[in-house]
Amino acid sequence: MIEVKDIYKTFGDNEVLKGISATFQTGKNNLIIGGSGSGKTTLLKCIVGLHEPTKGQVFFEDENFTEMDFTERVPIRTQIGMLFQNSALFDSMTVEENIMFPLNLFTRQSKQEKLERANFCLERVNLKGKNKLYPAELSGGMKKRVGIARAISMQPKYLFVDEPNSGLDPKTSILIDELINELTTEYEMTTVVVTHDMNSVMGIGDHIIFLHQGQKWWEGPHKEIAHTDNKELNDFVFASKFMQAAKSKL
Amino acid sequence: MFQSLGKYILLLQLSFKKPEKFSVYWREVMLEMVSVGIGSLGIISIISVFIGAATTIQVAFQLSSPLVPRSIAGSIARDSNILEFSPTISSLVLAGRVGSSFASQIGTMRVTEQIDALEIMGVNAPGYLISPKIIAGVTMVPMLVIISIMLGITGGYIACIVTGDITPADYIMGVNDGFDGLTVRVALVKAFVFGFIIASICSYQGFYTSGGALEVGQSATAGVVYSCVWILFADLMITSIML
Ligand SMILES: Nc1ncnc2c1ncn2[C@@H]1O[C@H](COP(=O)(O)OP(=O)(O)O)[C@@H](O)[C@H]1O
Ligand SMILES: [Mg+2]
Repeated sequence: MIEVKDIYKTFGDNEVLKGISATFQTGKNNLIIGGSGSGKTTLLKCIVGLHEPTKGQVFFEDENFTEMDFTERVPIRTQIGMLFQNSALFDSMTVEENIMFPLNLFTRQSKQEKLERANFCLERVNLKGKNKLYPAELSGGMKKRVGIARAISMQPKYLFVDEPNSGLDPKTSILIDELINELTTEYEMTTVVVTHDMNSVMGIGDHIIFLHQGQKWWEGPHKEIAHTDNKELNDFVFASKFMQAAKSKL
Repeated sequence: MFQSLGKYILLLQLSFKKPEKFSVYWREVMLEMVSVGIGSLGIISIISVFIGAATTIQVAFQLSSPLVPRSIAGSIARDSNILEFSPTISSLVLAGRVGSSFASQIGTMRVTEQIDALEIMGVNAPGYLISPKIIAGVTMVPMLVIISIMLGITGGYIACIVTGDITPADYIMGVNDGFDGLTVRVALVKAFVFGFIIASICSYQGFYTSGGALEVGQSATAGVVYSCVWILFADLMITSIML
């Protein structure tokens, strides 16, 4: 479980987050949604400590993450997996080396064990046998899957995902969503996904937080999203004619 | 200016924190050493031979008086090569070749979130990325400078054979005459310092890149320009202190 308490984040005089509190439950797919520039990525980076919040605190199972220094954070960091918007694979390393990288640094496993783990993770994301390819040789969807494989290589308790669907075709996009969803249940992870893809929202949102103007504007499960009278949320979710037409059926 | 200096020193401190795992860092150090050392051998060899030859011809021309022995030209060309041309010109060229690649490599990792990915895993990114480059810089630049000195003197010898301004025998006599080990020590101190300047300044520029491809290019340019200016300044300081 991750708890976020009254987070503020300012860049210069641009106040991006204005007092956000939320709880992300274990084994659940938690979604952060909102328009472009609403501060989703900023919130995610504040939670994992890539940005320091201007004010407020983040707790990982009652441990105050915000107050720790870099070294104190390492034990929690090794339980965090993250998939970045552009996958952020290390482009000087092969697929296999990417996945084994955290294992090399933080475990005492033998080469054979690490290789087996890498193969297991690759198989789990349906990329069996792609070990020796370099990131530049992969398509966008494959990069995301390698990114997921690297994120789960240390068997993390927490999984963070920024825009898993950006730049992917709808079919690949759904496959990635399903993969994240399955892994979350399979490994009992606390998963936090930032997205503005409505398919994901309706498909995998156990618990949804809608950001608007730097605040938590709405919160709830995806089943309730179609029946809310929150105007900004309705404008966001049902922006397209297609979604409007679909609304009556929901 | 002072703010950048503070940030630079802080980054260097972070770079030399205890590594998470020695073996992984060691591998990086080896890779960087090969890339800097072997990778720069060609360009350093070419410029060293040419500059050594040109220096010898020039000194021979300036000393074309019947009152001075011809062999003096060999001694002067040797000392100029050891003290100034080999360390300084090699380092300026290396700033362009090695420094720009350090800056753009780290800068690209920054803008494509690879540095964020390292930090999220709990890796000390400055340590993992910068310390191997600095170690490679302070070991490989001196090695390249020693090679450059030897090739520079060889270049002078070739010039003697080709132009006949001085006889090769006179040249060799001059090169062996009055050799002072201090000059080589000065050259090595310079090479060590210049190697540090190139690796640390260019890594710093890359590490604090923000934006995209355009900014990565700007960081690389800034890294090379600042390295060159600091190399020339350090050159003056070391020369005036040690000689
Ligand atoms: N590192 C940064 N420095 C300055 N401003 C930033 C930084 N990161 C994000 N911002 C600003 O914060 C706002 C929210 O950005 P972001 O969190 O990326 O939005 P989203 O992910 O919801 O599209 C934007 O106005 C952006 O300009
Ligand atoms: Mg974003």
